[in-house]
Amino acid sequence: MGTRSVARRLRLPSIGGPPPIAGVARKADRRLGYALVAPAVLLLLLVTGFPLAYNLWNSFHNVILSNAGAPQNFVGLKNYAELFTTTGFPQALARTLGFMVVSVVLETIAGLALALMLHRAFRGRGLLRAAILIPWAVPTVVSALLWTTMFDPRSGFVDYLLGILHLPGSQTTWLAGEWTAWAAVLVADAWKNVPFIAIILLAGLQLIPGDVYEAARIDGASTWQSFRRMTLPLLRPALMVALVFRTLQAFLVFDIIYIMTGGGPGTTTETLSYLNWQAFLVDTNFGFGGAISVSLVVISLLMAGAIVFVMRPRT
Amino acid sequence: MASTPASTKLSAAVAAPVAAAPRVRRWRTWRGRRRLGGQVLFYLGVLVVLLIALFPFYWILRTSLESNAEFVQGVGSTNGLVPAHLTLSSYIDDFTQLHFLTPLLNSAIVAFGTTVVTIVVASLAGYALARLPIRGGGAILTFVLLAGFFPVLAMVGPLFLLYRDLGLLDNIYPLIITYLVYTLPLSTWLLRNFFAQIPKELEEAALVDGASRLQTLRKVVIPVSIPAVFTAGILSFILAWNDFAFALSFLDSPSKFTAPLAIVVFGQSQFETYFNRIDAAVVVITIPIAILVLIAQRRIVSGLTAGSLKG
Repeated sequence: MGTRSVARRLRLPSIGGPPPIAGVARKADRRLGYALVAPAVLLLLLVTGFPLAYNLWNSFHNVILSNAGAPQNFVGLKNYAELFTTTGFPQALARTLGFMVVSVVLETIAGLALALMLHRAFRGRGLLRAAILIPWAVPTVVSALLWTTMFDPRSGFVDYLLGILHLPGSQTTWLAGEWTAWAAVLVADAWKNVPFIAIILLAGLQLIPGDVYEAARIDGASTWQSFRRMTLPLLRPALMVALVFRTLQAFLVFDIIYIMTGGGPGTTTETLSYLNWQAFLVDTNFGFGGAISVSLVVISLLMAGAIVFVMRPRT
Repeated sequence: MASTPASTKLSAAVAAPVAAAPRVRRWRTWRGRRRLGGQVLFYLGVLVVLLIALFPFYWILRTSLESNAEFVQGVGSTNGLVPAHLTLSSYIDDFTQLHFLTPLLNSAIVAFGTTVVTIVVASLAGYALARLPIRGGGAILTFVLLAGFFPVLAMVGPLFLLYRDLGLLDNIYPLIITYLVYTLPLSTWLLRNFFAQIPKELEEAALVDGASRLQTLRKVVIPVSIPAVFTAGILSFILAWNDFAFALSFLDSPSKFTAPLAIVVFGQSQFETYFNRIDAAVVVITIPIAILVLIAQRRIVSGLTAGSLKG
């Protein structure tokens, strides 16, 4: 407050601040500022804040569209109780968390290896980077259908290759078995998302100054030691970004499941988002669906917070 | 004149031992051999990654070039890595019998619409957050970024009810507003960071000359920010082009489908799943994205990483 208002009173040009005519202009600027952020904030509130509020309201009411005559009366915690009693929610939760942990761990390790590979200067580096960006950039529909083709027993490459190599399993109908279906989903998910992790971690690697390694080498550190003691700690911010994005995306996995397995065989690959979609658009039960949605939001927030907390810079 | 070959010979003779020495030593010493072995392993690794990334695309291209009859026979000894007879019949079927052009156009309209709205809205918000003295700017920015993590399926139910009440179901235009949840957080963040780096003197000169803030934004800030605007635009287009969940939930009639939804429905509506037809459509929607990646590789990488690592 002090220096700036003195500067203003003396009509001195303030460095970095608004031009000296500012007294009134500053107020006008502030008003303009609110006007300029308003469209973004309002539009995002419409597509996130409003659904959250509406879901909360629905989750305490009986809102079933197929039962149009029924009054949409207040039912208390009935929809939330149903999460744990009648339907497959606990099983889907366990499955979703399992998929999340396995896919994020495997994809992070592969992504780190890929990032270290791209960090070296070699011929064909640009080609490799373009080649891994394409799987990331194509629609999930493409990766899901592409891997459905690859795993198809009749027209797919996987069984064909196993057959040529005389390996067991060349007659596998991958999407028809619970664990083989999960394996196929995992491959499709990793193919699309490992590049994303690699790109983020590569940027993190490039932020580490080279003389850090020089110093470590002079001190006689081995490659593994300098990776373990220098690279990994310095990579922490990039790892955090990659983990937050990937963990939440894996927790909310929907497209791949819907397209590749449809939740099957049986209900063995139904995830929380799949269950949520079914509640809304198959059963048209917006009360129960609202309860699932609210839990999705709460769990997502908790997980993002937990990752940021665990990975916080330690200084 | 005659000295030219001699001097090259001489310089070659001088240079040769220097250049050749490490190569010879490489084979002779244990350490050199290990390093060369590492080099070979490294390039093998690169090759494996290239194959994993690109071979599946070859496989769908291969499948898409089969006729229905050949597809039904499956992959076998005569019909392996390359199909016995190449034909474009799957592509022709997609566009004539399955009317794939309509969903492609729908997708293009929605993705372009989303990109334009995103750029305008994100530029305004990004400018205000970078330059104008608004209170609570940090909180607003946090909200915009957090919105990007909102569960998509938690939006589907309420927006379905809203669009139903407004008579906007089975209509592609509401998708543009819906897709902003994919595009606005990243674009606003990117543009805000870019605007914040522009020297203030540039704007101040225009402001002193009597230009309004909005004129300055349009005539001074945006022109020097074209690279960032372009990056935000490409990423927005990709994100909007890729949606499946919203299209699946809000669209009903085939003439309104977006391309990803149409392809998935191709697969479900037939008794026999003709992957050759499905994969032909997959190839078609992959091409624009592949071209975008090839021409704008650097921008996409810098957008993704600047969007997540700075600040």
